[in-house]
Amino acid sequence: MEDFLTQLTSKYNFWAYIVLMMVGLYAMIAKGNLIKKLIGLSIFQTAIMLFYVAIGSKAGATIPILRDHTLKGVIDFVEYINPLPHVLMLTAIVVSVATLGVALALVLRVYDVHQTLEEDEILEKIKNP
Amino acid sequence: MKKTALLAVILTGALLILSMENFPSWGDVQSPASLHLSRHFIEKSYEQTLTPNLVTAVLGDYRGFDTMLETVVVFTAALACFLVIRLPRDVCTPGLFYYRHTRTGLVVRKHDACELPGENPTFERVDSDWPPHDVVVVSTCRMVIPFIQLFGLYVVAHGHYSPGGGFQGGVIFAASYVLLAVSHDLRTLVHRLNERVTHLLSAAGVLLFFGVGLFGMAMGLNFLDYGALEGVLGMSLASGHSLGILLVEIGVGMTVTAALVIIFKLLSSRGTVTEGL
Repeated sequence: MEDFLTQLTSKYNFWAYIVLMMVGLYAMIAKGNLIKKLIGLSIFQTAIMLFYVAIGSKAGATIPILRDHTLKGVIDFVEYINPLPHVLMLTAIVVSVATLGVALALVLRVYDVHQTLEEDEILEKIKNP
Repeated sequence: MKKTALLAVILTGALLILSMENFPSWGDVQSPASLHLSRHFIEKSYEQTLTPNLVTAVLGDYRGFDTMLETVVVFTAALACFLVIRLPRDVCTPGLFYYRHTRTGLVVRKHDACELPGENPTFERVDSDWPPHDVVVVSTCRMVIPFIQLFGLYVVAHGHYSPGGGFQGGVIFAASYVLLAVSHDLRTLVHRLNERVTHLLSAAGVLLFFGVGLFGMAMGLNFLDYGALEGVLGMSLASGHSLGILLVEIGVGMTVTAALVIIFKLLSSRGTVTEGL
């Protein structure tokens, strides 16, 4: 138990990601407005991105761009952080923007048809047209 | 409903917090993520690809297939956006067609027609909530936009040596066009970069990526094996890989620029591409 509590306090950065993820998830499930759901989705994505970048962190290391690229010296892997999380997240950010665009397009169509963005009102209109 | 949602969210959060002891602590040198593949990338990728920016090397070379499909995702997103909200060009919405007489400043709207017949120099098309263009905003943006575009091209081209690459440079380039549309109006953007160009550009980027992959196959190697570029222009194997990464990044940049401009044009004009923000 003591161990567990020290774990919880020493890995404080994960608290932020988990709380952000919970906020996003709650907005996606509980909010009735479609735009608010999309905002929740974006918050959720931000939490995942922060999580990945945190996994890539390494004490005493710098960004994965070689300082001296003449191949003369030996490249010490302790000096550079893992490039993989950065690669995954930089594509994820652009793809999330693109998918957000599609989602907003769909929301626009929904608004054109039903004149509202509230989920319960849309369901009502579909049931009793 | 709200209580169920809250319960589910708290349950998920609690499970994650319980499993937190399996996560590496901040900056842990011994974390699994920093030990296995990362070591290979850092030590070997410069001699294999001649690319000091390891992120670009991993993105364009080791994970080339993944990046290709990410590009396809961006292209498909733009296509889906187009198919979902683009109105047919011949649909006439008279509320969107206002003309201003340039000499007198009178704004007219025809109820029954949209386009004025022929070229008419005495009338100019204006937005329905036409705010006169602010001189300061317009001229500042006119000065700043070329530099933003130059910076975008630099970020694409210099992605091997500094933070950057196709995705980032493409987004910066698209941002310059968004700035053009916001500071002037959407028609200025469409006049500079019409829909045909953006659609062709987004497809051409994906095709460039596939083309580099197919070139590898044509030379008898695997798909996306940049070793095929060895010997082109007398290049060594490693600089062939470097050239391959550059070509692929240019393709990514083209697709991202075009896709984001398409999405902005469609969303800001609700699918009419005549009048936006």
